[in-house]
This record gives sequence, structure tokens and C-alpha cells, in this order.
Amino acid sequence: MRVATPVTLTLPLSLREREPCGTLRQRSPLPQGEGQGEGDWRATLLTLLVALLLAVALPLRAQPDPVAALSTTNFDELGRAVERLGVSGHPQALPLVEALRDGRLFRRASDGTLFWRDVRGAFHAAATGEPAAEITPAGLQPLRLNNRVRRAVDGALGSLSLFNPDPRLRLEAGGGDLGGLQPLRLNNRVRRAVDGALGSLSLFNPDPRLRLEAAERVFRGRDPEALAALETALAQEREPRVRRAMELAQAAATLASTRDNEAKLAAIATLRARPDLVSRGTLAAFAGAPAPVGPAAAEAVAAIDRHLALLRVGQDVVFGLSLGSVLLLAAIGLAVTFGVMGVINMAHGEMVMLGAYTTFVVQDLMRTHAPFMLDWSLAFAIPLAFLVAGTVGAVIERTVIRFLYGRPLETLLATFGLSLILQQTVRSMFGANNREVGNPSWMSGSVQLWELSITASRLWIIVFALLVFFGLLLLLRRSSFGLAMRAVTQNRRMAASMGIRTPRIDMLTFGLGSGIAGLAGVALSQIDNVSPNLGQGYIIDSFLVVVFGGVGNLWGTLVAAFTLGVVNKLLEPFAGAVLGKILVLVALVLFIQRKPRGLFPLKGRAVEA
Amino acid sequence: MTGAVALLRAIAADRAVPIAAVVILATALALAFGNSNGTVPNWLVPLVGKYLCYALLAVSIDLVWGYGGILSLGHGVFFGLGGYAIGMHMMRLIGPRGVYAHPVLPDFMVFLNWTELPWYWHGFQHFPFAAAMALLVPGVVALVFGFLAFRSRVTGVYLSIITQALTFATMLAFFRNDMGFGGNNGLTDFRDLLGFPVRSDGMRIALMLASAVALVLSLLGCRALVASRFGMVLVAVRDAESRVRFLGYRPEHYKLVALVISAMLAGLAGALYVPQVGIINPSEFAPANSIEAVVWVAVGGRGRLVGAVLGAVAVNAAKTWFTGALPELWLFALGLLFVLVTLFLPRGLLGLFTLRRSSIAATPAVRPA
Repeated sequence: MRVATPVTLTLPLSLREREPCGTLRQRSPLPQGEGQGEGDWRATLLTLLVALLLAVALPLRAQPDPVAALSTTNFDELGRAVERLGVSGHPQALPLVEALRDGRLFRRASDGTLFWRDVRGAFHAAATGEPAAEITPAGLQPLRLNNRVRRAVDGALGSLSLFNPDPRLRLEAGGGDLGGLQPLRLNNRVRRAVDGALGSLSLFNPDPRLRLEAAERVFRGRDPEALAALETALAQEREPRVRRAMELAQAAATLASTRDNEAKLAAIATLRARPDLVSRGTLAAFAGAPAPVGPAAAEAVAAIDRHLALLRVGQDVVFGLSLGSVLLLAAIGLAVTFGVMGVINMAHGEMVMLGAYTTFVVQDLMRTHAPFMLDWSLAFAIPLAFLVAGTVGAVIERTVIRFLYGRPLETLLATFGLSLILQQTVRSMFGANNREVGNPSWMSGSVQLWELSITASRLWIIVFALLVFFGLLLLLRRSSFGLAMRAVTQNRRMAASMGIRTPRIDMLTFGLGSGIAGLAGVALSQIDNVSPNLGQGYIIDSFLVVVFGGVGNLWGTLVAAFTLGVVNKLLEPFAGAVLGKILVLVALVLFIQRKPRGLFPLKGRAVEA
Repeated sequence: MTGAVALLRAIAADRAVPIAAVVILATALALAFGNSNGTVPNWLVPLVGKYLCYALLAVSIDLVWGYGGILSLGHGVFFGLGGYAIGMHMMRLIGPRGVYAHPVLPDFMVFLNWTELPWYWHGFQHFPFAAAMALLVPGVVALVFGFLAFRSRVTGVYLSIITQALTFATMLAFFRNDMGFGGNNGLTDFRDLLGFPVRSDGMRIALMLASAVALVLSLLGCRALVASRFGMVLVAVRDAESRVRFLGYRPEHYKLVALVISAMLAGLAGALYVPQVGIINPSEFAPANSIEAVVWVAVGGRGRLVGAVLGAVAVNAAKTWFTGALPELWLFALGLLFVLVTLFLPRGLLGLFTLRRSSIAATPAVRPA
């Protein structure tokens, strides 16, 4: 076996610029290269890399002759044999792999002995490279390749050329030849080795972030060679987060090492305690190992699967809650107009749309006139959206709906007409295309809640919906306007005789409901595209929420919105999005048969009127 | 004999109905003759045929809304189901002439790697079966839905909303490829019907005439129905459901019968419509389509049957003109139509012509409480 002398290589950028060279040399517990001058850290790295490659190859040397292993017709076995040969350091490795690549490697049908043919047509024995003059092509079959083998060949050629005594070839392998642009090619094994090397090197970096990253890299690489370095690092590690990562890396590496079963079982337990897909992958790789390691690993995989399934349900519930909060925002405005005034407002969805477009316009104006305030555009958009949608709603009430009280079906038609007009108006003003509204910086990214990762914007919408909901509740319960509204809901005539100006309350109520729809639009603009059809997508759902919850009952609306949202999202993985929605709709239709007035119906004489 | 005379008299009580019947038939025949001797352009025939189908759909809506007080926002379901039934028949008739030349499976099934015909596609190769299904399937859907809804006394806007949910759910379901109805693309590429090519001029004229006859018969039938004792009770249910119940009637039965008949008429309209436009896809189930059909009735004048025909033809003619001349203004016009008609023409266009309040047609005038 040869240890390569260091050469200056053009390493890919990602490899080269990971670490400052100081750290590399100063802390490295691994053997250092003898390179000097400008290319010296690169040389060190390369030496390390090669040393590691050889180290990886070491355990494999115990296995049967790597050349004889090539004598197979099974592509998988052949691929593995080529990989093994590539790192075996066998003197004939390079010509053999090249011959295999070019279809010049032959197998004698009678006994499976391998021969390769050189460029001049002479045959050589595979094991020794000696010319085999007596051989004729008659009894020979060329070894065939598939893509799997081809990849292995490429990988092996890449690593073999690094070991080549001919510096020209080494240079070529590193991409340093006249063409000069070829990057050093890595197969997965080499890549793992490189990862491992980099990992163990930066395990001692003073920067905890880099140490963490290094530990994660060792974890992914599962490199038993890094164990020693890892354990040293672990002994002096203080940062709990990094410690945990290192323990996991240690566990993964232990599993791959030749240590005793007890250590491996402990490693499995450690991995099991971090139930994610990476641990699962690591464990699954050892599930086939002999007992007791294999069964324990398989059991741990099953446990992680259970945990992940639970996590998915949790994630679905959170998604459901966020969908529910959107529905809640869209529906409470409707609950107000429908509940208080008995008016079906088919243009409600368009109020949502107006709110979304208001947000868009505010953001657009800020971008051109006050870019420094862009993060706070929502602070302006929220009241403005409320005002815009509320004003439009009040105007609609004054000009159309007022004349249609007591004729709910006609109201439905007239407001549907209004929704068409509003949509077309917006379409001609802003175009039919989707408009994008950006998230402010404090709303982008995601929040880690236990093990669930939740998009910040969705979390904010839940908060916003609840704020609006309780604000509205407070308004209805505690303000004189709310009192008047409730009075009109319960008994319009009596309220009128008590001196409440019911037409004015009607207008304000309608404005309030529409304004809340505008707020829903602000929220929707953060998670959905703003288009003239925005409202239509939500209107049927919002109606169902109101009807499901019980008309005129805000708490019912709250429960109904979250129930529908969560049920919808929970059904999705089993039934698919569309079928899930259909199931929900059918269930709702059946539910309304059972309880025609919703979950929490208003009771009393006024209801039947 | 006396029964027949009484029936005719009942039909003729609203003189607009026989007049409309004569006008429809005369127009259809004139178009047919005009087209065969070249004075009427080819494109006009299927267009008028389409209007007649819409008018039939509108009549079916008027029966439940104008007379039963049931505002269905889901009649598109019945219309679409009827259309799908006849569409399936015509798909089966394509046979090995399809792109994939499969002897039995329609193209889209071959495309989806289906190996055999789903059970619900069997029988549709026979026209009588398909025609029966075009009426029965909407009828049964209406029966089940209406039975559940009316039994639990879901009324008014609640009923409207769940009919809307029904059509929305149907649309989503038919969009799915696994349903076996062609998914997104629906059913199209029809070749022939009853042995004649669908796209021939003669077939177009025949379909248009068939639509006219179906419309006239439905109009007369519905008129007879609403003039009968049954119709009287239905109107009473519309105006004061509780009172009718207290008088010993079962309002839900009357509403159910009306809804089932109406659904079958809508299915008939769909079945006549599909061969004329040559395609049926899930967008027929879009909630907006059903609402638009309701607006035809409102525009024409509900509770008059003839009003439904008038509204359907007028609105669709306007739509054809607008989408040709001022496409971006069509939605404005339609929206304004909704608003203005409900505000100023509670009795529709027909209300402009007839000053005398027909006793049976009168919409209850409810003042704001």
C-alpha cells in the first residue's frame, strides 16, 4: 500500500473554504501532512483524506481477495467488489477497473478466472497482471456493466488515481491537468470520509456553532474512525447542545464500529432518544445486523416511526388550527351580519378580498415612499383594511340591503350580484393576476415548538384571529353599541320602541361585519395569493362554519371554525385534500339534518320569527 | 273527458303559458326550416338549442322556488348529472373509434391504465337505459337529499347554503380522476347518438327541436301541476308553512315531490344540453352556475313559469352579446342585473308586462319587520 505524497490540488470550493487553516493544524489530533508553503494546509487536508481513505479500507482488507470478488455476474456484487477494489490498494486495481470500464475485462466461463486485455490485444491475468500468452478469446466473456457498476467504477477510478505513483495521473484525478476545470470527483464513500475528516477536525473548534456542525457531520458520516476524536472532544465539551449532538454522533459511529454489543445497544438507546428521520435512517441501516444489535435497532426504528406518526398528527393539528383561524376570521364577520341581521351576504368573500388588496396597496406605497417602515406596513394595513371593507359594507347596506330586509333569498341574490361587481372592479383596477404581499421580517421563518416546526406567519394568524375574536366579544358584551346590537338581534321591534335607531345599528353592524372580513383579508394576504377570486375560495367554507356553529353565536363560530379546520387537515393524509373536503361537506350536510340550527342554536321566541 | 277539459282549462288559466308554448314551437320550427333552406346560419341552431335547455332548467328552478319557496342553489347538480348520463352513453358509443381504439373503455380510462369498466358504466351503451338514468339519477339524488333536508325542517337560507355545499362537493368529487367520470376534462369527443353523427346539421336541428318540445311539454306539465290541488298546497307551503302543517298537511311531502320533479326536469335539460355543446365537465357543478340559473328565474319573474323561460333566454342572449362585444363588462352587467332586478323588479321582467296580479303567482310581499 502506498501513501501518497502531498500534491497541491484544486479542491472544490466547498471543501476548501470550510475551515481556516490555523484551526486545522493547531488542534488536529490526526497525523499531519508534510506539505509546506502556500499549499500546505491543502496538502494536510489531502493527506488526511488519503489516510482516512486507507483507514476505511483497512477493515475491508480482511475480506477475501478483492480481485476474485469481481468474478460475478450479479451487478450489485460487482459494484460492491469494484468499490472494495478501489480502496483496497491492490497493485492491479487501476488497470483492472479501467479494463472493466472499457469492456476489456473478461471472465473465463469454465472457472471464473478473470483476464484483461491491454490496448495491443494481449491478455493479462487479473490477479497478478502477468501476461497470459496462452489465453485466447474463445472461452472468455466480457464483464457487463449497469449504471450501478458504472458509478462504482467512476468512484473507484477517482480514488485510485489519487494513489497512483504517477503524479501526472494523481494530478489528473485532482482536476489539475491541462483542462484544469475538472473538480475532484467523490463517490459516497469518499464523501463520507471527507465529511468525517472535516468533522473530527472541527470538533475542537473554539466556535460552538462549528463544533455542533462538526458533530452533526460525524453523525451523518457514521465514521468509526472519528470515535476517538469524538470521545476526546466529548470529554471537554461544555455546551449542552453540542454535547448532545456529539453523543448522538458517538452513538452513530459506535454502531458502525467493531465495538462490543453492549456499547452498541447503548448507542441504539441514545439514537432512539432523538426520534427524527436521520436517526431512523442510521438505525435502519443496522436493523439487519446480527442479534442483539439488529433486533434492537429494528425495534428502535419502529419506536421512532410511532413517534414520527404522532408528530405528524401534531403537525396536522397545528395546520388545522391555522386553517381554522383563517376560517374563524372569515366567518365571524359573517356571523355578525348573518346572526344579527339575518342577512346572507354573498359579497362577504369580496370584503375579505378588499382587505387583502388594501394590504397590498399599503405595502406597495410604503415600498416606494417609506421603505424603512416596510416591516410595519401591517400596522397601517390592519386599520385601513378594516375601514375600507367596513365602509364598503356600510354603503352596501345603505344602498341595497336596506331595501331587502325580510327577504333573505333576494338579499342573497343581490349580494351575489354585488360580489360579481366588486370582483370585476378589482380585476379591472389591479388585473386578474395574483399579487404578492410580502411577510414582514418578524413574521417569516419558523418557530420551534417542542418538536414541531411551525411557520411564524401561521402562528401569528392564530394569535391575530383570537385577538379579533375576543375583541369582538368584548365589543358586543361591554360597549353600548354591542348592547344595542344584541337588543336588535333579540327583538328588533322592542329595541326600536326603546329608542334604539335600528337602521343605524343595522348599518354599523353590517359595517362591522364587513370590516372584520377586511381584517381576515389582511391575514390571508400573508399566507395566500391576493387575487380577485380570493374571497370565493373561502365563502362557502365560512357559511358552513357559521351554520355549523349556530347562527348568532360567536362561541359556536369559534368551535366550529377550529373543528372544521382540524378535521379537514387530519383527514387530508388519509383521504387526500379533495376527498377530505368532500367528506367534511357531506358530514356537515348530514349534521345540519340532525341539528338544523347548528351546534349552539340560539334559543327563545325571537328565533322562530 | 271532463278531466282533460279541466286540465286544458287549468293550463290556459295563465294565458301566457299557451302563448309561450306556441311562440317557442313556432320559433323552433322556423329556425329549422330556415336552416335547412340556408337562410338561418348554422351557428344559430345549437345556440338556440342551448337557450332552450337553459330555459328548461329555469322552469325546473321556478317550480321549486317560485311555487315551493325552496331556493335551491344546487340545481346545477341535477342538470350536470343528467348531462353526464347522456355523456356516458355517447362515450360508450365511441367504442373502438377512440384515440386508443379500445373496444369498450373510453379513452380517458385507457389513459389512466384502467383495465375494466367500472360497474356504474355498465348499461350506458343502451340509449333507453341512459335516458332513464338521466332522469332517475337526479331524481333519486333529490329524493334522498330532500327527504333528509325537509324531514329535519331545514328551510330558507339554511337550505340554500347546504344545496350550495352539495353542488360544491359534487364539483370537487367529479374533478377527481378516480371517480371514473373523466376528471377535469369531463366527457367529450362524442361521435354519434341514436345512429346519427352528433355534429351533423340534421342532428343539430333535431336536438334543437327536441329541446323545444321538451321545454313546451314541461311548461304545460308544470302549469297543470301548479294549477292542481297539489300546486295549491305547494303555494300555501311557500307562503305559510306552519299554517299548512297545522291544517293537517305534510308540507315536507309536497316539497319533496316538487323537488324530485324539478330535479328530473333539470336532468332532462342537462341531457339535451350536452349533445348540443359536445362536452360535459365538472365546472357545470360550479356553485356560481347554479346561482346564475336562479338569477334567470328572478330576472324573468318567478312564480310564473313563463317568466323563467323569458329570463333564461333574455339573460343568456345578453350574455352572448356581451361576451362578444364587451367581454370585460359582462360581469358588471350581470352583477347589476342581480341587484337591480331584486331591488326594483321583484316580479321580474314579466312584472313589467302584467299589471294584473295573478292570484297564484303573487309573491308574498313581506315588509321589513
